[in-house]
Amino acid sequence: MFNIFKLAARNLRRYKRRTLLTSILITLGVVAVLLFVSVSGSFKAMMIGQITDSMLGHLQVHSRGYLSSIDSLPLHLNMKGEQVVRVKEILDGNDAVEAYSMRIRLGAMFSNFTETTNVRLNAVDPEQEMQTVPMLADRIIKGKKEGLLAKGEILVPELIARGMKVKIGDTIVLVATNKHGSVNGQPFVVRGILEGISGPGGRDGFIHTDDALALLRIEGREISEIAIRLNEMEQMHEVFDELKGQLESSRNKMDKPVFEVHTWEELSPFFNIARMIDLMTLFIKIMLVAIVLVSIMNVMVMAVYERINEIGTIAAIGTGPGKILSLFVAEGFLLGLFGTLIGVVISLITIAGMNAAQISFDFGRQKGLLLSPTIASGEVIVIAGIVIAIAVLGSLQPAWKAAGMDPITALRHV
Amino acid sequence: MTLVTAKGLEKTYIAGDITVRAIRGVDFTIEPASFVCFIGPSGSGKSTLLNMIGCLDPPTSGFLEVAGKDVTHLGAKESARFRGDHIGFIFQDFNLIPVLTVFENIEYPLQMVQNWPALKRKQRVNELLEAVAMKDQGGKFPNQISGGQKQRVAVARALVTNASLVLADEPTANLDTETANRIISLMKQMRDEFGTTFIFSTHDHRVVKSAEKIFTLEDGKLQQQGNGDNHV
Ligand SMILES: Nc1ncnc2c1ncn2[C@@H]1O[C@H](COP(=O)(O)OP(=O)(O)O)[C@@H](O)[C@H]1O
Ligand SMILES: [Mg+2]
Repeated sequence: MFNIFKLAARNLRRYKRRTLLTSILITLGVVAVLLFVSVSGSFKAMMIGQITDSMLGHLQVHSRGYLSSIDSLPLHLNMKGEQVVRVKEILDGNDAVEAYSMRIRLGAMFSNFTETTNVRLNAVDPEQEMQTVPMLADRIIKGKKEGLLAKGEILVPELIARGMKVKIGDTIVLVATNKHGSVNGQPFVVRGILEGISGPGGRDGFIHTDDALALLRIEGREISEIAIRLNEMEQMHEVFDELKGQLESSRNKMDKPVFEVHTWEELSPFFNIARMIDLMTLFIKIMLVAIVLVSIMNVMVMAVYERINEIGTIAAIGTGPGKILSLFVAEGFLLGLFGTLIGVVISLITIAGMNAAQISFDFGRQKGLLLSPTIASGEVIVIAGIVIAIAVLGSLQPAWKAAGMDPITALRHV
Repeated sequence: MTLVTAKGLEKTYIAGDITVRAIRGVDFTIEPASFVCFIGPSGSGKSTLLNMIGCLDPPTSGFLEVAGKDVTHLGAKESARFRGDHIGFIFQDFNLIPVLTVFENIEYPLQMVQNWPALKRKQRVNELLEAVAMKDQGGKFPNQISGGQKQRVAVARALVTNASLVLADEPTANLDTETANRIISLMKQMRDEFGTTFIFSTHDHRVVKSAEKIFTLEDGKLQQQGNGDNHV
């Protein structure tokens, strides 16, 4: 083995410029892919993190049919008493669930005593909510973040606060209609102003669950939505399947499932952006594969052609076809390895450099997010492995041709 | 026991609608440890015949036995193995591997064809370097030595595996007379030292006289048999 690689390496050194050019091409390809993967990956992770950690959670449970009419926040489609207990049992029994928050979602009239507007509200238990969507508190741009809110307080969406000219400490009135049609109003103190984010629920206000129960005159337990946070994002689809199975066993009198479960991917339009990033990554990887394949094949076809006489010589003196094949494949392999190693080193240095340079960008209304590209070592290994495998593959055809040459014909070649 | 036996050996090349009968039925035997020359004008079939003996090219018809093996119908893989085990080659253009040093060129068949262990390889290569008087040139690359020196290295490479037969197709065609004579006498000396049979071809009468057995080829047929001393 060692001799084959020694010979291959010497032959690569023999055509220095060509070897260098080909490995530069491979290096550039590897750098492009690794940088794209790391930057887009960091952008994607941040985007998904924003969505799941500041509003949606990883999974959500609703009554069946709630989501399809979520625009009107229908109170009559809330989960009730026994149903809530059932979901709670299932969630408490699942180790993968880190936290969950039970929300009542409602629409109300928001009055500052001179003007009135509509507001969409989440009524939450602050403790539960903060555990489930830990980045929610970061969205409070005015007012204190600790403890989120208390009874009698409201977090007002930024746009409403500006339009209605309300400040921290102001009293406002919320008026809501309950599902039996009776109207009720209640004063709230403005506790904080909430920055809006893109996506569903991103412009909703927050009040305490107990206030919602009073405002809507709900007796007993009623929940519109349960947002769930998992210990590991990676487990999401697994846990989703598990919960779906458990929850769908709850059936109503018409034998229809009572609950529906969704992942954030089904709830947020940003999943499509995430998917597009994945698709772009795939295309760039395919381009890398094509570049490596074509350049290695090209250079190896030339190598074989230039050395026909040598191939004839070594074949004549008894070098078997397998050895000749491996000589050329080893050359392609080394070329791929060389280009890849340099590419990986350059990429990792660049990624470290980008992190050190603290490059920031804006996402939606969020300004100055820090670009922190990272790449998993597994991903580096996979990409490097693919490139090297393609290099081997690209040299296989020319090597095959060399191995199959008739020694006399090859020797006569000039 | 003979080393090479050919009976009614023929080789016909068919290229398109042109048929070339390069060898037209030859019979001969070659004894072990002999020093044999095939002479004939260009195109007489010397290369074709040597290629058949060297198991590089199968005969069209007839019978050919080399080193006790019927090689008339060997497949590509089998003949490669047979060549590696029994036959050494010396080429007109020396055909050393340019990226390997003199030492490594001689070592090549031991390492890449016969898989000798490193220590034995080193020993054997040094032995051969000494035999062809290239002892102090082992570290040089082919492009750093003269044509005569290259051919010495090629002789060493052909002998290194203890082949029973070394074939040299016009080994002196690219050498001046003096060097040519030296290479031929080196080959003869090697025959004496190692008992290896040498079969070489030439169209050059200057180098023929050292042969002990001479076959003259003309238009693919053997003309006469003689030995070096009575050849004129
Ligand atoms: N591969 C081939 N295809 C067709 N004709 C060939 C081939 N090899 C040799 N010949 C022909 O066979 C004859 C003998 O050639 P060769 O053995 O090379 O002669 P020599 O080595 O004595 O010069 C020549 O007429 C040559 O043109
Ligand atoms: Mg010839």
